[in-house]
Amino acid sequence: MSGDFINLLADLKEEEVLKLTKERLDAKEDPLKILDDAREGMSIVGKRFAGGEYFLPELVFSGELLAQVTNLVKPHLTGEGVQQKKIGKVIIATVAGDIHDIGLNIVDFMLDVNGFEVTNMGVDVPVEKIVKAVKEIKAPVLGLSGFLTPAFDAMKETVEALEKEGLRKGLKIMIGGGQMDDEVCKYAKADAYGKDAMAAVALTKKWYGVE
Amino acid sequence: MDKAWAELSWEEKRAKRFERWLSPPGVTFANAQAEKVYKERVTRFIKAFTLEKPDRVPCIIPTGFYAAAYAGTNLGEVMYDYDKMKMAWRKLLHEMDADTYVPPALVPPGRALDIMDYKLYKWPGHGLSKTTLSYQAVEGEWMKPDEYDALIRDPSDFWLRTYLPRIFGAFKAFSGLPPWTSFEEIATATFLPFGNPEIQAGFKALMEAGNETMKWIMAVGEVAAESLAMGYPGIMSGLAKAPFDTLGDTLRGTQGVMMDMFQRPQKVHEAMERIAPIAIAGTIASVANATAPTIIMPLHKGADSFMSPKQYETFYWPTFRKVVMAFINEGIFPILFAEGSYNNRLDIIGDFPKGSVAWYFDQTNIFEAKKKIGDKLCIVGNVPTSLIMTGTPQQVKEHCKKLIDGCAPGSGYVLAGGANVDDGNPENLRAMMAAVKEYGVYK
Repeated sequence: MSGDFINLLADLKEEEVLKLTKERLDAKEDPLKILDDAREGMSIVGKRFAGGEYFLPELVFSGELLAQVTNLVKPHLTGEGVQQKKIGKVIIATVAGDIHDIGLNIVDFMLDVNGFEVTNMGVDVPVEKIVKAVKEIKAPVLGLSGFLTPAFDAMKETVEALEKEGLRKGLKIMIGGGQMDDEVCKYAKADAYGKDAMAAVALTKKWYGVE
Repeated sequence: MDKAWAELSWEEKRAKRFERWLSPPGVTFANAQAEKVYKERVTRFIKAFTLEKPDRVPCIIPTGFYAAAYAGTNLGEVMYDYDKMKMAWRKLLHEMDADTYVPPALVPPGRALDIMDYKLYKWPGHGLSKTTLSYQAVEGEWMKPDEYDALIRDPSDFWLRTYLPRIFGAFKAFSGLPPWTSFEEIATATFLPFGNPEIQAGFKALMEAGNETMKWIMAVGEVAAESLAMGYPGIMSGLAKAPFDTLGDTLRGTQGVMMDMFQRPQKVHEAMERIAPIAIAGTIASVANATAPTIIMPLHKGADSFMSPKQYETFYWPTFRKVVMAFINEGIFPILFAEGSYNNRLDIIGDFPKGSVAWYFDQTNIFEAKKKIGDKLCIVGNVPTSLIMTGTPQQVKEHCKKLIDGCAPGSGYVLAGGANVDDGNPENLRAMMAAVKEYGVYK
């Protein structure tokens, strides 16, 4: 049942996935097991996205399916589930002056299904807030997203503020989105530019020294 | 006698519109020299667009709101101070040699947006910091998933009573209006709602916004007239969108439309079919009295990273092509601005009559594009925005040379930026003009 469920979710079969979720709950299966399977299904979605088989619409829709499954399962959960072991922390944010979050959320999703603990700070995040988060969360990797050209300077200002606070050493910064590229990376003094969410995962893995 | 407009072929209609572009009625040129260079510039664009050999490669300098930063002000200020807006755009007009000029028509009148309590966008000082260089759309579900049928049944009614009350705070009470299409003969129920002070306040706000926009259009028109008189043709007489983008940008939002592709694909298709003729009629009307017969279509959600080639062919392309063909058949020349990259679309997007449109690329591999569609359609682009904003004039010029060497042979090429540049070294923009003059001459 579990194998079918994982594949149905990965294949984005909405009706079947929801039907099977209800059946498993009715059969008194461990709700945590169902959520684990859902995570595994999502990880297949992530792989298919990375492989070019799935695109943004599939990713968005899989997120919706996961939300529906979680909503069905939630009332049956007793007590806290065991947190999945994560590789490490990553902070991501769309820089000040930019309110675009589509790319940011894909990166969030892909890092998450690849085992990272992601703090997604959302859009139009002021420099001070990012500095504060880096200080408090102590994540060694920071991802800055931006869609439009004003992001060039906002990224540069963010990196400079981190330098000034003495937080730059030991911190790896990647940038991505819309009009960003290697030129902007140099300009903003970041460590790397990633052209898509897969690149963000590859960079993070590299910096964490995992495969 | 001339044939009636409807009986002309698209090429004949376009020839007439091109004639009008070359000798624009109502334009008084500053002097004979200005008129001469105006005609040269228009001819240069027409030839490049229609794959004939011009004297040299034309250039579109990507100055979106650049004039503001160039004149030491910013978008937030010029949206509210039309004198400042005129000053900035005139400064750029007088100091930057170019083949075309874009008047400040894309700088919206800030006060009019304030009066209507406009919610679809954030702009400097209004949801974004005062010094931010651009305005940005607010992604959201402005239309709910169960409202497709209402949109499809009667778009005007949906707009007036559902959509506008959501995007204009001043129209909030309009959601309580009965339909305007009433079959009442002695009108009483028809009048009644307009006695409501909240509804009246909505109309008053709209009238004020109208007054404010009149002041704004005078300022924009002044600069536009001056640029024409100096001999700089415009190349953007109107904007149009692909139906998928209309649905995905400002109705359902990206997230929403992508779910709909799975959960209610038939409704998505029906809605796009309903939107298409409205988009067509609106843009044709806006071009009717313009001097240039060219329009720009900024394309958002058809990019490589947004959907698979199959999804593009299924959802995006059919109604988009329908809209573009309707413009072509009216003698209009659409410039299709492919934001992001279109590397996986090159086998599809060439399907237009020879010389009928131009593809303006942002991050697409333009040399591949030249190979695949370059003998059939004009291509425009694509000096990276990042290079123009952060590089040196020499780097920009070298990059332009590479683009010209690869794309200009045989004609059908216009040098341009990737996206618009809002700030940075003006010498980097001048380097683009220097490049076309030095490397872009056809022998």
